[in-house]
Amino acid sequence: MNTNDIVLEVDRLRVQARNDRGAGPVLVDDVSFTLRQGEVIGLIGESGAGKTTIGLACLGYTRNGCAIEGGRIVFRGQDILTLSPAGRRALRGPGVAYIAQSAAASFNPAMTLFEQVCEIPVRHGLMTADAAREVAIGLFRELDLPDPETFGRRYPHQVSGGQLQRAMAAMAMAAKPDILVFDEPTTALDVTTQVEVLAAFRKLIKEHRTAAIYITHDLAVVAQIADDIMVLRHGKMVEHGTAEQILQAPRAEYTRRLVAERVQGHAFVERVAEEVPLLSIRGVTASYATLLRVIDGVSLEVRRGDTVAVVGESGSGKSTLARVITGLLPRESGEVLFKGEMLPPALARRSREQKRRVQMIYQMPDVALNPHQTLLDIIGRPVGFYFGRSRAEIRERVLELLRMMDLPESFIDRTPGELSGGQKQRVGIARALAAEPDLIICDEVTSALDQLVGEEILRLLKRLQEELGIAYLFITHDLGVVKRIANKVAVMLRGKMVAGGETAEVFAPPFHPYTELLLSSVPEMRSDWLDEVLARRAGL
Amino acid sequence: MLRMIGLRLALGVMTLFGASVLIFAGTEILPGDLASALLQNNATPENLATMREQLGLDRPAVVRYAAWFGGALQGDLGRSLASERPVAGELAPRLRNTLFLAVYAAAIAVPLAIALGLMAAVWQGSVFDRGVNMVTLMTISIPEYLVGYLLMKYISVELGWLPTLANVTDDTALGERFYLTLLPMLTLVLVVIAHMMRMTRASVLAIMASPYIEMAFLKGIPKWIVVVRHAFPNALAPVISVVALNLAYLIVGVVVVEAVFVYPGLGQLMVDAVSKHDVPVVQACGLLFSSAFILLNMLADIAAILANPRLRHPR
Repeated sequence: MNTNDIVLEVDRLRVQARNDRGAGPVLVDDVSFTLRQGEVIGLIGESGAGKTTIGLACLGYTRNGCAIEGGRIVFRGQDILTLSPAGRRALRGPGVAYIAQSAAASFNPAMTLFEQVCEIPVRHGLMTADAAREVAIGLFRELDLPDPETFGRRYPHQVSGGQLQRAMAAMAMAAKPDILVFDEPTTALDVTTQVEVLAAFRKLIKEHRTAAIYITHDLAVVAQIADDIMVLRHGKMVEHGTAEQILQAPRAEYTRRLVAERVQGHAFVERVAEEVPLLSIRGVTASYATLLRVIDGVSLEVRRGDTVAVVGESGSGKSTLARVITGLLPRESGEVLFKGEMLPPALARRSREQKRRVQMIYQMPDVALNPHQTLLDIIGRPVGFYFGRSRAEIRERVLELLRMMDLPESFIDRTPGELSGGQKQRVGIARALAAEPDLIICDEVTSALDQLVGEEILRLLKRLQEELGIAYLFITHDLGVVKRIANKVAVMLRGKMVAGGETAEVFAPPFHPYTELLLSSVPEMRSDWLDEVLARRAGL
Repeated sequence: MLRMIGLRLALGVMTLFGASVLIFAGTEILPGDLASALLQNNATPENLATMREQLGLDRPAVVRYAAWFGGALQGDLGRSLASERPVAGELAPRLRNTLFLAVYAAAIAVPLAIALGLMAAVWQGSVFDRGVNMVTLMTISIPEYLVGYLLMKYISVELGWLPTLANVTDDTALGERFYLTLLPMLTLVLVVIAHMMRMTRASVLAIMASPYIEMAFLKGIPKWIVVVRHAFPNALAPVISVVALNLAYLIVGVVVVEAVFVYPGLGQLMVDAVSKHDVPVVQACGLLFSSAFILLNMLADIAAILANPRLRHPR
């Protein structure tokens, strides 16, 4: 490789937010890297690390309220920061193209896929509409999309999420750009879909010798596709090296923590052999008004001190099951027994005591907490509602719960807006605990959080279980989490339970075929994992 | 989707039925009935009773309503008390005039409002944006009769460019009509433009915050194409309903403007009929106005359904 291969050189890039008083916080500080033709660099880090800001800056674009304050971004010998708005526009698409996280949100719902995929070459005057259409069909074929000739006539809502994500890659490739910026392109997908999409992206990059910037928070994913990896934190570079080196011999402490095998071990609460299980679900079915059966004949048992994981892809009915147990969605048939006592299907028919014993923690702490209430209101409400305590007693109890959550007592008069994502999730847990429940349903409680923050939440939940003996019903799509914290697991597929039992047994051969597919789809932190999976599936 | 449209049509018919009941009941509770209005000073109790029998007013209200609405559905709106001619014949030329003015104003106002709204969205925050916003806000804040009189004073009286009155007759030639109604048309345009323009701007700007708009910018597409091709089709639904409301206003709400310019439209006819206690004409006008209102809103809802790609192209 010689220096002529260099397509992009980012030199001491600095991006800053602007607020009313002028300069705001620095989002990206002193970041430099070069990219050669056919090379893939992975940008990795937690949210707020500045990954997306760097990716967008490579298109000469900043989001509202941000500005590139320093450094150079040299694309094929031309500093794009010195270009006129028209010059930057000419670069976007034909020079550097962007692939976003959520294809569903990034495609215009009112335009066909052909219109949107052909837009870059046609609007930039590079091809006629007919020629662009031929290119699109070729890309659809390359990306293994069904019926490539007619695929583009559909609207975004008419194709699946995995197909749409590949269509977005086709849209980015339509004018044969020199650089592709992938921004968390598989994060919104189910694990089984992620494998296919990842393989399609890799094939595309290899065949067209396109350089790429691959942004993700998942080291295992980036390991499959990147030559180089740059680890970022708070807008600054932590470490930069070959993928091999970062994975095998991380130098920085932060990288070591990211790479390190996640918390292990399992300390179950000593379980008293109780006759009656805490929660027992038998043959439950439920559906929404759409007449679609969402869960169909599900049976499950949770005992004191259990952590039962419910796993499956989006649409498998996991969250609906939680809604049925809590009574938010009345079941159609089947039984839900709590300590041997039949719970009425609808929440409104349940007694206060029945409600108190089952609490819930949600996926999005941002949405689940009222932004106008203080933590005293939020956590104190169940204390007052279920136990009828006085104001002073409520305050005392809330302080105690905050201490249990490792949150400062001074937070009691704050509102959720002043807290970080991890802290908000702790408030969600405190609110659930305030009712002193026997069972807590955790609905994807770590999936909206960064990896290391999520780990801390899991550790906290584990500690609380050891101290208080609460049982958890843990809804998740992350099999890594399941293996580490659940002693029992239920695998759901299209509303039915296809496998269930002790985690060790369900996750060991002989597998149910779907369990095996799920397990084999979880990316592993070695660069040859994707090749192995694809080879194995091709052999089958 | 056909089911939704069918449902909407059924709902429209039901609303029209409800409106007809209200109109009938409304004229029913007015003091004095048809008989006393006709007889005026000759209204001795005997005369009244005879008259009521002749007119069928002694029948129960429900039966009279059925006869009236049934007749209306077949185009028979009864006879006017003032002229004693069929109401339908009285109404037809007036309706033509009102529709002419409404279509004339709409043909200018709707495209102009949408174009201005889109331009304000493209140049959001610019002098143009603020200027258009301020001017339209002003025209919507001034009562329409004042707008009419102001235009009349400056354009007709001081400059002498246009006639002050729009007194068209049945034999006025088409070109002459356009000329005579230019001023009332302008008044109406100024009154309805602000609402539509502001809704276009606001709903386009709301869409501009979507990820797929950022995506369009990242594809290097010029801003005005992003606004017109990417944002506007997704912003249509609220714009359509506001356009329909304003079109309805152009038919139903022009009474004041017709009075200012002495334009022989439906609104004037209704005002005259009310002052003359000409109940059949009032009822017929009410029925026509509510039909126009219901029809336009129904069309708007159906257009909004058709504008939704998810409904137009199911999975």
